[in-house]
Amino acid sequence: MNKLKILSLPYAIWVCLFTVVPMLIVLFFALTTKTGDFTIANISYVGKYFSVLIRSILLAAVVTLITLIIAYPFAYILSRMSPKTSRFILLLVILPMWLNFLLRIYAWLAILEKNGLLNRFLLFVGLHKLNIINTKIAVAIAMIYNYLPFMILPLVSTISKIDNGVIEAAQDLGANSFLVFRKIISPLSMPGVTSGINMVFVPAVSTFIISRMLGGGSNLLIGDLIDMQFLGSVYNPHVGAAISLILMILTLLCMSLLNQFGEENVEGKIV
Amino acid sequence: MENNVVIRLSGICADFDGERIISDINLDIYDNSFVTLLGPSGCGKTTTLRIIGGFEKPTSGKLFFENVDITDLPPYKRKVNTVFQRYALFPHLNVYENIAFGLQIKKVPQKEIDIRVEEMLALVNLSGFERRNIDKLSGGQQQRIAIARALINRPQVLLLDEPLGALDLKLRKDMQTELKKIQQSLKITFVYVTHDQEEALTMSDIVIVMNEGKIQQIGSPIDIYNEPQNAFVADFIGESNIINGIMKSDFSVNFLGNDFTCVDSGFESNEPVDVVIRPEDVKVVDPESVNLTGIVSDVIFKGVHYEMTVDACGHPWLIHSTIPQELGRLIGLNIAPNDIHIMKKMEM
Repeated sequence: MNKLKILSLPYAIWVCLFTVVPMLIVLFFALTTKTGDFTIANISYVGKYFSVLIRSILLAAVVTLITLIIAYPFAYILSRMSPKTSRFILLLVILPMWLNFLLRIYAWLAILEKNGLLNRFLLFVGLHKLNIINTKIAVAIAMIYNYLPFMILPLVSTISKIDNGVIEAAQDLGANSFLVFRKIISPLSMPGVTSGINMVFVPAVSTFIISRMLGGGSNLLIGDLIDMQFLGSVYNPHVGAAISLILMILTLLCMSLLNQFGEENVEGKIV
Repeated sequence: MENNVVIRLSGICADFDGERIISDINLDIYDNSFVTLLGPSGCGKTTTLRIIGGFEKPTSGKLFFENVDITDLPPYKRKVNTVFQRYALFPHLNVYENIAFGLQIKKVPQKEIDIRVEEMLALVNLSGFERRNIDKLSGGQQQRIAIARALINRPQVLLLDEPLGALDLKLRKDMQTELKKIQQSLKITFVYVTHDQEEALTMSDIVIVMNEGKIQQIGSPIDIYNEPQNAFVADFIGESNIINGIMKSDFSVNFLGNDFTCVDSGFESNEPVDVVIRPEDVKVVDPESVNLTGIVSDVIFKGVHYEMTVDACGHPWLIHSTIPQELGRLIGLNIAPNDIHIMKKMEM
């Protein structure tokens, strides 16, 4: 036990220095004025950005849902393939992540802009141009693209752990493919679904840059706002910290709600 | 037996990745019997069982259930249930939910499900375990739950794929008796797969010995043990001395340079044969009185008997006896004519 404690020491120090301390700094900034006096003015000031906050959470939720809908069948098929093929396809899934993040977003810009690849293709096949750039849809597309691997990976690892014998047992007891999925595969893959949602929703809520580059001026997200408070023209780290704090609390709330639901589904009666 | 045939396999062959796993299996399985598919690993017994369960498709041949062709019927439509090798219990459901699964799928009323789950738990001696989690159970208990989960559907045929393989010896013996009792009290057919010959002989009404994808012999445990049809069966069921011999004429065989009287006939004269002699049928006698003599080269205590190796006429003889012999001693071996089993050479 003691040996284990020693082994965990480096990580404990890391967490302390780079998670606990920065959180405390955020908390301190959020609750003080420029002169260091205690205030809740920063927090109440966030109310002004309430609509941006809601927009960010909604967009993140929609993006998470769509990644789940795309990723689940993909992960299911992948986990039933031979290990060799599935490893290769997983590599292809991860491959884009080797490219620089900004480069990938620029690529989407090139695809989606007014005279971009997509519109040129549409014209070429005799269809009308689509107006996607500088809309929420452009932001959502790039976010889905960006976060999809984070949904696929936990799903594949959970679904491929489901013992084939359990599926055969359900068939043996009279369950057709639909019932096998509903009563066996879907509850057993719940842990993967919840961790996938965690991995996508949390970063999606605080997304920035994507929205600024592809969404035009009118689709700023809460992440962009925080960014501007620290690095932009409005420079006000106290408000920035307050927004971060509230975002963090809201995210935490969403996640605990989700985890509650997830656990119920795994342990509850499936009748 | 005047019982009806429940399952008929007719010319079943199965190939996987271009390799023939089972070839031309013809088999009738009767109502209310305990049938065991016995053979070494890779002999095709599990594949045969999985074809009956619907989890594998035969490459050719037909499968009948009460004279109806079910070759192409998916598993969930078949009136058989399976106890899987590693139990395959549903990890996210508790004991009650596992056992009730099949009835819930069939939308049986809740009240009846409750009654039948209780019955099943009583049958497998686990009353009161309803709310337990699966991962809190021992291997033996999981095994019983798997049996209860399959039996609650009242199948006419229960398929069991080496269900006792993961249990320790004592528990295995207890479960053997229990399974046999369950089969007799429910009056249904058990098709049981095992590589353990003792298990097969203890529990079965009919044993089907398989090797290399083919049926070697079908018979009662007593027939299989006493009248093995070929050297493979003789060797696999119990231990045997298998010696090359030549049939001189009816009732006379020559092996290891000596002529012996036997009770077999109907071979061609000078036909090469396998001579099979059980270790417990070789009697140790005074070396002066017989032609077959040898030196004791190994003695192992086995509990009930001693297992001895005797080098006689260039063949290492396996002998079971309750009286140990000294190492290196010269002894005589005597075999009664009806303990000499003559078998046709296998075509390999």
